[in-house]
Amino acid sequence: MEEVPHDCPGVSSAQAGRGASCQGCPNQGLCASGAAAAPDPAIEEIKEKMKTVKHKILVLSGKGGVGKSTFSAHLAHGLAEDENTQVALLDIDICGPSIPKIMGLEGEQVHQSGSGWSPVFLEDNLGVMSVGFLLSSPDDAVIWRGPKKNGMIKQFLRDVDWGEVDYLIVDTPPGTSDEHLSAVQYLAAAHIDGAVIITTPQEVSLQDVRKEINFCHKVKLPIIGVVENMSGFTCPKCQKESQIFLPTTGGAEVMCRDLKVPLLGKVPLDPRIGKSCDKGESFFAEAPDSPATLAYRSIIQNAELSWQPYLAFKN
Amino acid sequence: MEEVPHDCPGVSSAQAGRGASCQGCPNQGLCASGAAAAPDPAIEEIKEKMKTVKHKILVLSGKGGVGKSTFSAHLAHGLAEDENTQVALLDIDICGPSIPKIMGLEGEQVHQSGSGWSPVFLEDNLGVMSVGFLLSSPDDAVIWRGPKKNGMIKQFLRDVDWGEVDYLIVDTPPGTSDEHLSAVQYLAAAHIDGAVIITTPQEVSLQDVRKEINFCHKVKLPIIGVVENMSGFTCPKCQVRVATKESLFLLKHRIHQPL
Repeated sequence: MEEVPHDCPGVSSAQAGRGASCQGCPNQGLCASGAAAAPDPAIEEIKEKMKTVKHKILVLSGKGGVGKSTFSAHLAHGLAEDENTQVALLDIDICGPSIPKIMGLEGEQVHQSGSGWSPVFLEDNLGVMSVGFLLSSPDDAVIWRGPKKNGMIKQFLRDVDWGEVDYLIVDTPPGTSDEHLSAVQYLAAAHIDGAVIITTPQEVSLQDVRKEINFCHKVKLPIIGVVENMSGFTCPKCQKESQIFLPTTGGAEVMCRDLKVPLLGKVPLDPRIGKSCDKGESFFAEAPDSPATLAYRSIIQNAELSWQPYLAFKN
Repeated sequence: MEEVPHDCPGVSSAQAGRGASCQGCPNQGLCASGAAAAPDPAIEEIKEKMKTVKHKILVLSGKGGVGKSTFSAHLAHGLAEDENTQVALLDIDICGPSIPKIMGLEGEQVHQSGSGWSPVFLEDNLGVMSVGFLLSSPDDAVIWRGPKKNGMIKQFLRDVDWGEVDYLIVDTPPGTSDEHLSAVQYLAAAHIDGAVIITTPQEVSLQDVRKEINFCHKVKLPIIGVVENMSGFTCPKCQVRVATKESLFLLKHRIHQPL
């Protein structure tokens, strides 16, 4: 697709289509006419759809490979343990959709009905949607540029028939780009409770996570809190604790203190977590007494405490 | 920006601007006139620029957090140990640029001259470029959609004055999207040696890496090989080795080229 000129004033700007840098941009006429600044009708449609969804939580990280999908999946498992709680897990990582595997739902298909797309149900009260369910094979690469990914995310939010849902958890890819902007923009009218941000103790991760926190501030997305994964490793033989991802700058604890965001908790590195994810099983069921399980449960409780105040805003 | 209609035939297709799904697309006129299918002039400009760059290597992974930037940095360090070898390291991870920190170059600035942007030199024979050098603060978020990221990558390839280079290593973000397509497309005329693909042993990683291998096949990018990072951990006290998972066989393609 055509690229935005380097000094594009933005489609909503008063200068849209009129600025010096607009000359030669293929979308100049569109911007100048004001059409590009009109809000996407899907935003209202999604607002309607989301009326049956009580809480919406985004799971974010600037950094890849820190455990967003693992956390999203286990937040879903944890909340769904109460069979009276309806949980929906939406995977908007279009290029690297891990949720079907982690939830043990590989090979499942999405069905269409009159009321929209049906999510894939792991349990009666736990429904899942991912682009992974739309691929012929799990190895198929989804090689899409931003606009096409945005279209998919719009469809996920507008056309999936989630039904009455207590918690919609949205798992995201790393970064601060199309998928994140689209999720926030399409849900703009539908009130997102907030974001849980995942990191590891390493400064290289924290650097990207600070950017993600900045992103949240810029788009006015409340931050429920930060989770520090892979926080130390205990040798199963001699019990010695090693810091595999050394918190050279104090880890998430110091970052959260500096940036005044809540630290929901720290999860130690347990190789059985990765194994459970590969097998598509809940780590809580696999290792109920592991320090990592206890840490996850405590984090979920802390997170729940923070989104209860929003109940006061609901009818 | 406007989105591509769901069944967009593609700007280069014979149906571009004419298909049923083109109706209402703001770019319909452009496609129908054939203008959108014309090759980007930057591709030729980049081909010219890349004439002084002998080898171009992309470091890819479908998965995040497996060690692409770590590997790219150490490949650069390793190759630059021979002071007669000129090495260039280009970071095209626009949202999460890790290379400045990993190379110990945080806070450095990029300078412009008549011949283009100067990379930041760690050593006389090791130059680095990253969007990280263009930020006021390392915590600044770069919240750009695809088209703007593509524009940045084009500038990195066309406007940076790398000089005579033996190896250009391109570090990428995870995925198979704008950055990866742009890198391959802008370097289309300039011959990329191939891609090194990074993974960890876990199946959740391998699944994404197989997609990346498929991406390489689709865009006809040779695969130099695969690196498995985080392949187990040895406890420093009792020396017990903990496997991060039972290992799986990885299909490795070797492209024999004189490097």
